Amino acid sequence: MNRWRNPGLWLTLIVVVLVGLFPVFTGKASTREVIFTMLLSVVLASSLNIILGYTGYVSFGHVVFFGLGGYVGLYLMSVGVSLWLAILAGGLSAAVLAFLLGKAILRLRGAYFALATIGVNEAMRAFINNFQPFGGPTGISLHFNVYQDYGGATQALWITYVLLVILTVAAILLSYVVKTSKFGLGLVAIREDEDAAEVMGVVTPNTKTWAYVLSAILPGMVGVLYYFKNGNVEPADAFRLHFSIEFLVMVMLGGFGTVTGPILGAVGYQRLRGFLLTNELFKNIQLSVAGVLLLVIILFIPGGAVGWLRKRFPVTRKVLP
Amino acid sequence: MQFLAFLIDGLLIGFVYGIAAMGLTLIWGVMNVINLAHGPIIALGSFGVYLLFTNIGMNPYLALVVVAVLGLLLGMLMYLIAIQRVIDAPHLSTLLATFAINMIIIGIGTAIFTTTPRTVNFSLGSISAGPITILGTRVVAALASILVTGGLYLFLYRTTLGKYVRAVANNRAAAELMGIPSRRILALSFGIGTMLAAISGSLIATFFPFTILSGGVYELKSFVIGVLGGLGNPLGALAGGLILGLLEGVIPAFVTTSWVPVFEFGLFIIILLVRPTGLFGAKK
Repeated sequence: MNRWRNPGLWLTLIVVVLVGLFPVFTGKASTREVIFTMLLSVVLASSLNIILGYTGYVSFGHVVFFGLGGYVGLYLMSVGVSLWLAILAGGLSAAVLAFLLGKAILRLRGAYFALATIGVNEAMRAFINNFQPFGGPTGISLHFNVYQDYGGATQALWITYVLLVILTVAAILLSYVVKTSKFGLGLVAIREDEDAAEVMGVVTPNTKTWAYVLSAILPGMVGVLYYFKNGNVEPADAFRLHFSIEFLVMVMLGGFGTVTGPILGAVGYQRLRGFLLTNELFKNIQLSVAGVLLLVIILFIPGGAVGWLRKRFPVTRKVLP
Repeated sequence: MQFLAFLIDGLLIGFVYGIAAMGLTLIWGVMNVINLAHGPIIALGSFGVYLLFTNIGMNPYLALVVVAVLGLLLGMLMYLIAIQRVIDAPHLSTLLATFAINMIIIGIGTAIFTTTPRTVNFSLGSISAGPITILGTRVVAALASILVTGGLYLFLYRTTLGKYVRAVANNRAAAELMGIPSRRILALSFGIGTMLAAISGSLIATFFPFTILSGGVYELKSFVIGVLGGLGNPLGALAGGLILGLLEGVIPAFVTTSWVPVFEFGLFIIILLVRPTGLFGAKK
């Protein structure tokens, strides 16, 4: 099929895989950690982009899926389930939650939906905080023995990392397939004018719900990886509203509604954050500097980096999906 | 009797919550913008009173007036810099623009004030009746909230400027055709919204410890209250505030306090789904 001949897609995938495998060959743990954070952001931003960028629904609570995946995964592993099954279960639980939530709150439009997702995030955090099987406010900690099954803690970290590289490729492919499919066209139609889309035959409630589910699965899966690597998960960390908003910023930075935008945005944001945190001058006010940058982008380059390129140089539209 | 004490405390704080939510809901009603910088402004209001009180010994209630004026100006400035350009863009733009302001305030605030909790060391004694003790500062805060609500009501319904605000909220294009300077009215409305946030922050400072981050909690409460009372309905916000205050007073009598947010946000989502116009059916 024609859509598989897009050079931009293959270039992106090759770069991501090369960068992803770089630490595996050099064997340096410090580079691995830096790239781990970046790839994690790429997965989360690309997934969020499906509901935010393609469909135009602002979700402030996307970290819920990440956190829930982490909780389900760690809970299962603490009772002896293997990592592989835990990852699948994490993705599945996030998908089920997204399906149920989607059926309910996707009826709301615009800012009402955004508010509802904030409510879901807070309600979820408060609930998990009181939910004893998940350890209440102290959360779940993995016993050190769990890592022995994967050849010790060091080996387990490498396994987690390689799995993340695979999931990153999956996230990019998913984002691309959705964007170039008829389903994705329906999503864009909903973004531009929901009523018109409905008139044109898009079954909007179902389409929106499935977009929400697709945007939740991979965050749920990488949630398991992240908290498996961490060793423990707590409600305050797992459902932090601020975290969700960081993904929004990444998507906006790179260009919402594009495949490459969230990838660039995620990498750019993490680089910037790393730079600001280590810079003497900006160390204390890194949040403010990021805020000013975000404001400038919203006000003057609303399409983000990729959106700007596509508008300024029409030739890039063919190669930058 | 303990129960009654909780109830009264909850109600009195509910008034202050109501003021915070009123600011949020006014901005939403007039320009369909959800102000994500609401929390930091509340915290700035608290810090304003704190600085005036501890440095030059100004009475907190006098400081409140100063803070309110500053809040109005800050809000208008925020509107001109960050909101005006994106007012007609999709929701995502205004949400992120106000969130950018949130980040800027929190970043600078944390660098200056750190995140150590501060308190305004001020007391008005307390009223006791049997086992029930009510702090004087809370009573004054409730009275001040009623005054502010009354003032806002008079402004909106009895002055020409208030009429302009309502006209712009109702239909901006038509208001412009009638010769109302809609940009200035929007700036003013945003200013009043942040002023209300700053006032509630000032009142909170008189009885709760606070940090630059503590505004976030009140911002979330304002969302819940705003939806309860109907987004865009400033007077409904006060009623919503009372309901939330009441819930916070009553729920701990039955289950542990940590369950309160579960009920609050559960209620929030249910109201959004069942009655998005709020309990009192706001006119849009």
